[in-house]
Amino acid sequence: MSDFGTILKELERFLEVEFSMRDVSGIAKDIAALPPKDQDFILNWTQRLSAAHVQIATLFATLAPEVARRMDQRLIEAWVMQSLDAHDRNGLQAAVKVLREVDRFIEQDHEHAAGIVLEDVRGIILTFACGLSGRRLFLDTSDEAWTDGETLHLPAIIARMENAADNFVLCKALVAMLWAQGRFGTMRVLFEGMLKDHPDPMRALAFFNRLETLRLEACISRELPGLFRDMLRIKDDVLPETWQAYAVRLSHPDATSMDSLSLLPDALQSDIPDPPCYQCKLDTDAIMKRIAEENAKLRVKLSEIARSIPGPNESPKKFEVAHDRASGEMELMLDDMPIAPPEDVRQLLSSVMLDFGEIPPEYLVAAGPGEYDPTLDRAVQKDPEQVWQGTYHEEGATLYPEWDMGRGSYRKNWCVMRERDVPAIHDGFIEMTLAKHSQLVRQIRRTFEGMRDEDRLLKRQPQGEHIDLDALIEALSDVNAGSEMSELLYARLYRAERNIAVAFLVDMSGSTKGWVNDAEREALVLMSEALEALGDRYAIYGFSGMTRKKCELFRIKRFDEPYGDEVKARISGIRPQDYTRMGFAIRHMNALLKEMDAKTRILITITDGRPEDYNDNYRGGYGIADTRQALTEARRSGIHPFGITIDKEGRDYLPHLYGPAHYVVIDEARLLPLKVAEIYRRLTV
Amino acid sequence: MIPPDNLLTLSPQRMAEEPYYQATGGEVELFEAAYRNHLPMLLKGPTGCGKTRFVEYMAWRLKRPLVTVACHDDLTASDLVGRYLIIGGQTVWMDGPLVAAVRSGAICYLDEIVEARKDTMVVIHPLADDRRILTIEKRGEVVHAPDEFMLVVSYNPGYQSVLKEMKQSTRQRFVACEFGYPDPAIEAGIVMRESGIKPEVAANLVKFAAMTRNLKGNGLEEGASTRLLVHAGQLIASGLTPADACRSAIAEALTDDADTLAAILELSSSLF
Ligand SMILES: Nc1ncnc2c1ncn2[C@@H]1O[C@H](COP(=O)(O)OP(=O)(O)OP(=O)(O)O)[C@@H](O)[C@H]1O
Ligand SMILES: [Mg+2]
Repeated sequence: MSDFGTILKELERFLEVEFSMRDVSGIAKDIAALPPKDQDFILNWTQRLSAAHVQIATLFATLAPEVARRMDQRLIEAWVMQSLDAHDRNGLQAAVKVLREVDRFIEQDHEHAAGIVLEDVRGIILTFACGLSGRRLFLDTSDEAWTDGETLHLPAIIARMENAADNFVLCKALVAMLWAQGRFGTMRVLFEGMLKDHPDPMRALAFFNRLETLRLEACISRELPGLFRDMLRIKDDVLPETWQAYAVRLSHPDATSMDSLSLLPDALQSDIPDPPCYQCKLDTDAIMKRIAEENAKLRVKLSEIARSIPGPNESPKKFEVAHDRASGEMELMLDDMPIAPPEDVRQLLSSVMLDFGEIPPEYLVAAGPGEYDPTLDRAVQKDPEQVWQGTYHEEGATLYPEWDMGRGSYRKNWCVMRERDVPAIHDGFIEMTLAKHSQLVRQIRRTFEGMRDEDRLLKRQPQGEHIDLDALIEALSDVNAGSEMSELLYARLYRAERNIAVAFLVDMSGSTKGWVNDAEREALVLMSEALEALGDRYAIYGFSGMTRKKCELFRIKRFDEPYGDEVKARISGIRPQDYTRMGFAIRHMNALLKEMDAKTRILITITDGRPEDYNDNYRGGYGIADTRQALTEARRSGIHPFGITIDKEGRDYLPHLYGPAHYVVIDEARLLPLKVAEIYRRLTV
Repeated sequence: MIPPDNLLTLSPQRMAEEPYYQATGGEVELFEAAYRNHLPMLLKGPTGCGKTRFVEYMAWRLKRPLVTVACHDDLTASDLVGRYLIIGGQTVWMDGPLVAAVRSGAICYLDEIVEARKDTMVVIHPLADDRRILTIEKRGEVVHAPDEFMLVVSYNPGYQSVLKEMKQSTRQRFVACEFGYPDPAIEAGIVMRESGIKPEVAANLVKFAAMTRNLKGNGLEEGASTRLLVHAGQLIASGLTPADACRSAIAEALTDDADTLAAILELSSSLF
């Protein structure tokens, strides 16, 4: 152990006090108060730092005695090294800054070593939540954890616990608590407004939340005992006696949120105990908003159904929901007649069921004319003059029919369709995309070449490199039995001829602007790589339009065009246009595919939203019905349609359009390029 | 030895013991009604939900022999119908399994029918409508199916490949029966009975299965089947921890995708 005098002398030497005349006795005193191993450690580093810069060494010696109480030597070394690094790269000021911001350093270090970055576990968390709740949820970041029942909000970095394992437990615990809020009826109290008449609603909400946390912990201990064991390990709250009694009562398997409500007046007399680390926030407004939107959406959908079913128009139609006891499924009744609800309506109904445990009758009142439809938020107003400009002339155009759902028949020659080339733009987009996804491209080429080269042993051939013994024996027996000897006695290896023609129809509507457009173009580049490796014949067209008079199909690659510079430049040149009228585009692709001499014909559509058009009735039910009709026409002529969408709501209408198992919803635009080749592979193995 | 008529045929055996099958809806009654009316049946449903076991059970119940053919993409019509062999310098006709089943009035189960080569349909079609005949072209023979014969095929509609869809002209010949996953209590019963694990563990396995089924279309092509639960149960019964059993028998069997796998393991460790 060094005494104050020795330390002071050493410091004066390291910090060159003879020149600076600086008084370092205060620092020496602080160091002397430390245990010997810290003294040596600090003096040692002070000496080494002084070789870099005296000022860095001085600052370090000043801060170190206090820091040594909080950080271990490994961490202090890391801190000093970071400062030295900063000095080498950016000079003295940068080094000083690192040292001064020691708290920030500790925090960062902890987060890097032990924190969970939400972005890193997004996939796992979303899948975990979907497994728990049975519905696809969305994930967003927020300082506190909360949910409206549709989107989970979680902190971007979860670093409250000491180590990474516990932080991940905390993250799972938060997700489980958010799930439990919906599953076990906490939310219901909020959206039924049971707290809003309270004299101090904010305080009541806080207490209610704290009580519900006790109840939900018990629910989780029963439903997810494995997770709850881990939660107990990180649980950090201490309950006073009165609250322990509440906990006992709320842990009963029959306890509901009503029990928390009835304990509330009593609880409000006491102080609120600190919450456990995994308690989540309750946001009444957000929940109400989501529920109101779902309600509005459901009622609009019901009115679409009501309108599509013929009957006396004057009398209002009455919807009811019946439960099929045997299958447990919900059945929708319209004026006492059962009707099969489309997938989107079914999902809305089951979401309402989850929220309320029943379908409140007011939810089943079809929306009146002009009622707010939240799905139409995106509609933009444009000048009608502009819309019609230059589109009256129909020469050079092809006319296509359109299915009118209301009339139950086609409107003949209704859509005026023109094929146009996408302008070629040589801007290096293709090269950039290939470089960006170089690893994936290599993998795609390998996979798809593998599929193409699938050698098959063909038996019973008129010629070939092997003798087919089975066939020969059979033929000899046939001869013996008195019939003629077959000549099909050879086997040969051959490259499986896939004989597939596929057309890609890409959404070029205005809503694809930005991210989506980039993702579509990248996806097309990767898909073309795959198809080139595979040898399947393919064409790429984009579609958009504004009103039935201006339906445009944009040629990107015809079936007979090679994937050359021109085609590549056209992929670069894809730009968002107008609206998403889909029927005509599908009909035109059907016509093109029918001309192809292929055993299997596939039509793949890539869209970012439901079919709609400007200012006419193509929106909503009509557009869906027409698109569905066009897809049915395709199926009838032996074409296999398949839908890919990045529309969050795609699951609502795609099964109705494409049939189950013939569509894929991709959650985020940026994933489209990564997924599209794999989807095609699965579709054609 | 040369058989009489130069014809070799199998005589399928009846099942000696009652196979364990737990009915989950009205499928037993439906099958019996179809059988009485000489109608062929199409069993639809995901893999491992008890289709094969059901047919075995029905064969036992109706006291008919059962012939099962697992279809694959090299299965040709003559694999089903039969072919000539040479035995001791003589040609002998060897019945294929389908013909053997027809002749002996058995139940013939063609598993995963869409996998078979297209030319097999030519054989199946006349057998599956009211003609109930099977033509052996090489022998110039037409075999009429006896009343006891029944054709049963299975098909998993969940696959996305367009090359594996069933043609309307085929599917419209069959009485269809949809197989889903059984109710939780029933399914737990099946898992217990097949593996010998305790009720709580079986109930948790079924809960876990429900979570994976929630992921269908959201990372998984298919959720965990009853078969996988039985496997996991058997591993647990022979001493593995539930977590290890779920990993090896269920999670790894469902997916290779790292994130999805990790999430599924988190779900199972939340339960056990
Ligand atoms: N209802 C049931 N009763 C008894 N056992 C069942 C039942 N359902 C499933 N099983 C169990 O699940 C296992 C798998 O069932 P089975 O082999 O019949 O499935 P499958 O539907 O034929 O599947 P695949 O389509 O893959 O052939 C059975 O071995 C049995 O242990
Ligand atoms: Mg089977």
